[in-house]
Amino acid sequence: MTILVIAEHENGAVAPATLNTVAAAAKIGGDVHVLVAGQNVGGVAEAAAKIAGVAKVLVADNAAYANFLPENVAPLVAELGKAYSHVLAPATSNGKNVLPRVAALLDVDQISEIIAVESADTFKRPIYAGNAIATVQSTAAVKVITVRATGFDAVAAEGGSAAVEAVAAVHDAGKSSFVGEELAKSDRPELTAAKIVVSGGRGMQNGDNFKHLYALADKLGAAVGASRAAVDAGFVPNDMQVGQTGKIVAPQLYIAVGISGAIQHLAGMKDSKVIVAINKDEEAPIFQVADYGLVADLFEAIPELEKLV
Amino acid sequence: MKVLVAVKRVVDYNVKVRVKADNSGVDLANVKMSMNPFCEIAVEEAVRLKEKGVASEIVVVTVGPATAQEQLRTALALGADRAVLVESAEELTSLAVAKLLKAVVDKEQPQLVILGKQAIDSDNNQTGQMLAALTGFAQGTFASKVEVAGDKVSVTREVDGGLQTVSLNLPAIVTTDLRLNEPRYASLPNIMKAKKKPLETVTPDALGVSTASTNKTLKVEAPAARSAGIKVKSVAELVEKLKNEAKVI
Repeated sequence: MTILVIAEHENGAVAPATLNTVAAAAKIGGDVHVLVAGQNVGGVAEAAAKIAGVAKVLVADNAAYANFLPENVAPLVAELGKAYSHVLAPATSNGKNVLPRVAALLDVDQISEIIAVESADTFKRPIYAGNAIATVQSTAAVKVITVRATGFDAVAAEGGSAAVEAVAAVHDAGKSSFVGEELAKSDRPELTAAKIVVSGGRGMQNGDNFKHLYALADKLGAAVGASRAAVDAGFVPNDMQVGQTGKIVAPQLYIAVGISGAIQHLAGMKDSKVIVAINKDEEAPIFQVADYGLVADLFEAIPELEKLV
Repeated sequence: MKVLVAVKRVVDYNVKVRVKADNSGVDLANVKMSMNPFCEIAVEEAVRLKEKGVASEIVVVTVGPATAQEQLRTALALGADRAVLVESAEELTSLAVAKLLKAVVDKEQPQLVILGKQAIDSDNNQTGQMLAALTGFAQGTFASKVEVAGDKVSVTREVDGGLQTVSLNLPAIVTTDLRLNEPRYASLPNIMKAKKKPLETVTPDALGVSTASTNKTLKVEAPAARSAGIKVKSVAELVEKLKNEAKVI
């Protein structure tokens, strides 16, 4: 049994979600190979070769794979994937974009966002916004799976010494092209990898008030998230959104400020170890999942909290 | 150009679902059903393209039970021109749905196919990408902006770090993200008119598509419940608990 893991990388480095995906592959068992596809990704391949538990790194370095366009990357993964028992990718926006295309090319059903490995063919995944957990068995010759990073502890980024092998195959469908990107800038930890997350909702009232959360987050070394209500109201950019349609986080500590706790939001954060809710409405559903709840005006509570931590 | 929109009948997003006692699935008896929220956005985008004069005809399609006609009628009331129901009582996987949609695409020959990015019941986020693979079309997933110009469509996508824009050759597949638009409501006169619009029903057999699956759901359980928390009286008490009891800061 050999497992192919599609590496997620950005700015010439291996993204943390790759390490969680390798951990899921290790739980399935067998040799783990990592595919690094992109342009000028020699450095990424070297870094991937050092990941603990990786037996081989395949590098597809070509302009066709720049920006991970699914029309070009999916045929490559499908071609390579035929030789493997499992093809895994992190459930990031790239993984979700490309892997179903791979599964269809291989004519197999995909299993999305697994949170646990029961055996080599049986996996657990949340459905209905995390309100139910399904156990799914796959009889496919190649099992195509995306992995929810917060479901698995990351393997060590150092310690491995895998062989690096170049892949010559070039698939350029010529159907799509990259035009540009607009990335949100942040000096704080990445939302999905942060140990502490402070999130604001509609109760923040405006974007300017998020400065209170930034101040608190900087003191805690935390990332700042938001509910969909805060994003839709234009307080913060949408890549800060935590929830079913945003990012899934599971930090040690999640502080929800002015967030009512709709099920779509809870789907994104209810696996956090400790949840704190600060809300002036004591009937807010967020208090049903919070370990510590404080019924208070956030504009008084947050500055005080910042002073005390 | 012709636009095909795929919609799905799902449990209403406000319903808190319950897992059945025998762990065979979630209890959907007597639960309110609606059009999947992402599909509403897909219909709205198609209607806006028609209003701009880009789209000439909107065909809405669903794969599901006979009761899914309700969701097709809703789409017709919102502005779709005609509807196709691929009737199947079974619960199908995303790949099976994509294969059925491929058969409809082959027949209808649309220039643009719009789907929601995921259905809020299975949370799969697969069908649009799979349909793109089966048809060989380019895909613009998680779209927050769609602009058709000539034989290309420019799609701005919501990605982890922000936004990404890609240009796709038509025909293409687009899956909608929440921020693409705000769906309109159907007016009563339009709901009445929608009853007269054509709705064709076909079966998977008639389309010549096998819906066999490589996935099997063994059981469905309720997630582990969180133990009840406490309410603290002051910020000072909260900090004290976080430091000494939970030990997270």
